[in-house]
Amino acid sequence: MGQVVQQAGRPGGGKNAPGLAKAGAAGGLAAAGSGEIAQYLTFLLSGEMYAVGILNVKEIIEYGQLTEIPMMPAFIRGVINLRGSVVPVIDLSARFGGQQTEVSRRTCIVIIEIGNEEERHDIGVVVDAVSEVLEVSAADIEPAPSFGAKIRADFIDGMGKIGGKFVIILDIQRVLSVEEIATLATVKDVAKDS
Amino acid sequence: MPNLGPPLPSSPRGEATNQLAALEPDTVRLATYFALKPETIMDEVLSVFSIEAREQLEAMESGLMQLEQGDRDPETINAVFRAAHTIKGGAGVVEIHSVEQFTHILENVLDRLRNGQIEVGGEMISALLRGCDHIGALLTLVLSGEHEPSEQLKQAGAAIAEELRPFLGGPAPAGSGSGGNKLAEAEEGGGDIERGDRERATYDCWHISIRFGRDVLKMGMEPLSYLRYLLNLGEIAHLTTLTDALPEAEQMDPECCYLGFEISFRSHATKAEIEKVFAFCRDDCELRILPPNSKLADFLQLMDALPEETMRLGEILVRSGALTPEELDAGLKIQSREPDAGQLGDILVQQDALQPELVEAAVAKQKSVSEKKAAESNLIRVHADKLDQLIDLVGELVIAGASANLLAKKSGEGTLVEATSVLSRLVESIRDSALQLRMVQIGETFNRFHRVARDVSKELGKEIELVITGAETELDKSVVERIGDPLLHLVRNAMDHGIESAAARAAAGKPVKGRVELNAYHDSGSIVIEVGDDGGGLNVERIQAKALEKGIIQPGQILSEEEIVNLIFAAGFSTVDKVTNLSGRGVGMDVVRKNIAALRGSVEVTTAAGEGSRFTIRLPLTLAIIDGFLTGVGKSSYVIPLDMVVECIELSNTSVDRDYLNLRGEVLPFVRLRELFEVPGSRPPRENAVVVQYAGKKAGIVVDQLMGEFQTVIKPLGALFRNMRGIGGSTILGSGEVALILDIQALVSRCARAEELLSHGNTGSRRLEMH
Repeated sequence: MGQVVQQAGRPGGGKNAPGLAKAGAAGGLAAAGSGEIAQYLTFLLSGEMYAVGILNVKEIIEYGQLTEIPMMPAFIRGVINLRGSVVPVIDLSARFGGQQTEVSRRTCIVIIEIGNEEERHDIGVVVDAVSEVLEVSAADIEPAPSFGAKIRADFIDGMGKIGGKFVIILDIQRVLSVEEIATLATVKDVAKDS
Repeated sequence: MPNLGPPLPSSPRGEATNQLAALEPDTVRLATYFALKPETIMDEVLSVFSIEAREQLEAMESGLMQLEQGDRDPETINAVFRAAHTIKGGAGVVEIHSVEQFTHILENVLDRLRNGQIEVGGEMISALLRGCDHIGALLTLVLSGEHEPSEQLKQAGAAIAEELRPFLGGPAPAGSGSGGNKLAEAEEGGGDIERGDRERATYDCWHISIRFGRDVLKMGMEPLSYLRYLLNLGEIAHLTTLTDALPEAEQMDPECCYLGFEISFRSHATKAEIEKVFAFCRDDCELRILPPNSKLADFLQLMDALPEETMRLGEILVRSGALTPEELDAGLKIQSREPDAGQLGDILVQQDALQPELVEAAVAKQKSVSEKKAAESNLIRVHADKLDQLIDLVGELVIAGASANLLAKKSGEGTLVEATSVLSRLVESIRDSALQLRMVQIGETFNRFHRVARDVSKELGKEIELVITGAETELDKSVVERIGDPLLHLVRNAMDHGIESAAARAAAGKPVKGRVELNAYHDSGSIVIEVGDDGGGLNVERIQAKALEKGIIQPGQILSEEEIVNLIFAAGFSTVDKVTNLSGRGVGMDVVRKNIAALRGSVEVTTAAGEGSRFTIRLPLTLAIIDGFLTGVGKSSYVIPLDMVVECIELSNTSVDRDYLNLRGEVLPFVRLRELFEVPGSRPPRENAVVVQYAGKKAGIVVDQLMGEFQTVIKPLGALFRNMRGIGGSTILGSGEVALILDIQALVSRCARAEELLSHGNTGSRRLEMH
């Protein structure tokens, strides 16, 4: 794990472009805590900047050909065909309690791999635009505020200082918790029945 | 080549141990030679052994149960004995001594049974069955990589061995562990002496010539183990290792076996038994066995047939005492005069060496063995993963084919369209054959329950008969594997709770012997498995009271009888307060239902007071690829499993807002997908209703467009959607778009519930979800 992070952290290291080093295991921050520099993918969502650890990001694709799934809460956008496998797509903005993301020319789906040793899932998230891959050292990451970020505190892994501004680093494992989403899907289902 | 010296045919028995000791230098050499075998091969051999041993165990179990039911056919006893023998032999080859030793005890008991020395008895069968279980436990252990059984397991084994002791006959041996072993040896020894008085005048040993094939080591078999195992049957009087085939050192492949053995073997075993020792390498080695007191001609033929020079073999035979030098000389002279060795059989008969009937019997036996072998060799064991991979690939092929078809149609070029349609027909047959590969008969699963029925009826003191029908019904292997546990639970339940006690049955005027039925059949693209009993039936009032008590239903809720009995599948429901060993171990019917739902199936129960109850499980035939019927609502496409589609009708615009229609005089309720799925936009002027049938109920699904048949590769939607009902999965269309597969049953029952709630106004209650 440590090795993977080091490789990813070395500027221009490896054959891959620095931003898209092969996604390893989860938890960019865990490694960053040991004084390492970790890489993050930043993206825009309803005008605000967010970041996720690059190790969770598998690929970024253009938004298109999405199949909606009926009887699902709004934040489950639907499913897409990703080279033969069916991948669910989550609307992050709706997941954070806002409006569904309006599709524009720059709308992207970021494919994120989450899970533990036994089970891995690919989940797509809809974002307004992908910005860039940034290196943030552990020293530049502040703990999450207890309130005021307008999204659930447990979704925030930390606040990264980038260019004098704070960027919310998401705890993507929490945000895309399969358990929680599956439960929420049922709640909506039952509520509709009644 | 160590020369073991000529053994004295008339030597006293005591020398046997010396002979064994003399064998040692050879065995040590062999051990170092064979130490080269790679570990991985061994693992594979172990797993093959354990699969085969389990099959043999099943055969043993079913044979034993037949015996228990009064079958006295010697062939049944033989079959059980053979199974035990094969397990023992296999265990010896792969060096799992715990299994080998334990099976040996069973084998001894069975041998005595076979020889009519003891009679079949209930206790004996029970002990033998427990022995089978113990072997199963040992096998599980071996597969998990542990070679030494735990203390507990050892004790269990010893206890079973103790139970079997009375059936072994003879004086109790001093040692407890390998009691059977010593006993067998003692018996053999006794026989030997007796025989020796009369027949030892000439050469009284079997002569075994074996040339191991080059590949035996690569296949994980070790010649040395065979020789060791041979010692279980008797003693090796003389052994010559032939290294003639060994090439120069630089050409030698250390993974190949170049060895052969000439063995003089003193034993009372039959030829078949000796052959069986080498059963596992029979196909890969040259094996010739000559019985004691064989005619000279036999030896001559042997010498002829073996690859080594005749003279050299002759010397070996002389040295091993099989022939005297004079006999050899005479034999070689005869041979030069009569070169036609092919008629040796006739010569033998003429020389009164063999009686004609015996030859015929032997030929018949050989024929049946070879026929059996041929049937076996028609089967190939394939790793399930490889099949899964094949089916995945076929799935991709189907999707790619659909997309090619679509493009061809768009291009409008006639020849291209024709070519792709031929292609898609072929793909369809490939798909069917590939799926067929994974189909297995459910009988194997069913037969396991014979043992369950036997054990349970013993434990409960009820007489229960298990009747199995439809065992030949086929379904996907992945489904079969996962249906075993729910079925087991239902069968146990039927026996424990369903069938009344003998007294109660007699009082009700029913036959004392209870009856549990297992039945399977195909019905419109699903497999139906029924578990029925002729017991007292479910107590409807008690179930209702219990459901009220547990808060599963609300007071005042109106439920049909059918709905009430199906409450037993609701979570947290169990009517029996007393926990028995059999059921009620916290695993309730709700788990059964969940397991079945996970296979996209359903379960329900019908009951009649005093007559019994019947559980009906419906499962899809396969979890991989189905024939689908593609429909469209708005911009989305939905697939309905084709097996459920009865017909399609155009919906006339006249109907009011009531959701039913007149289907040739029949009232057909329907669901508008557009409304249910909240598809934006207005209804098109012409809608279509697809009439579907499931479990005997009909319903209509109203869609905008019908797009026809579609080969549907099922892509699971994943954990995120696991709680979703109404959608069974997804598939990829030729255009690359994802389409959803409708779960008709869930969809219809969902609508039925929604309406029921509306009419009862009872929104707060927890509902029973059958799906």
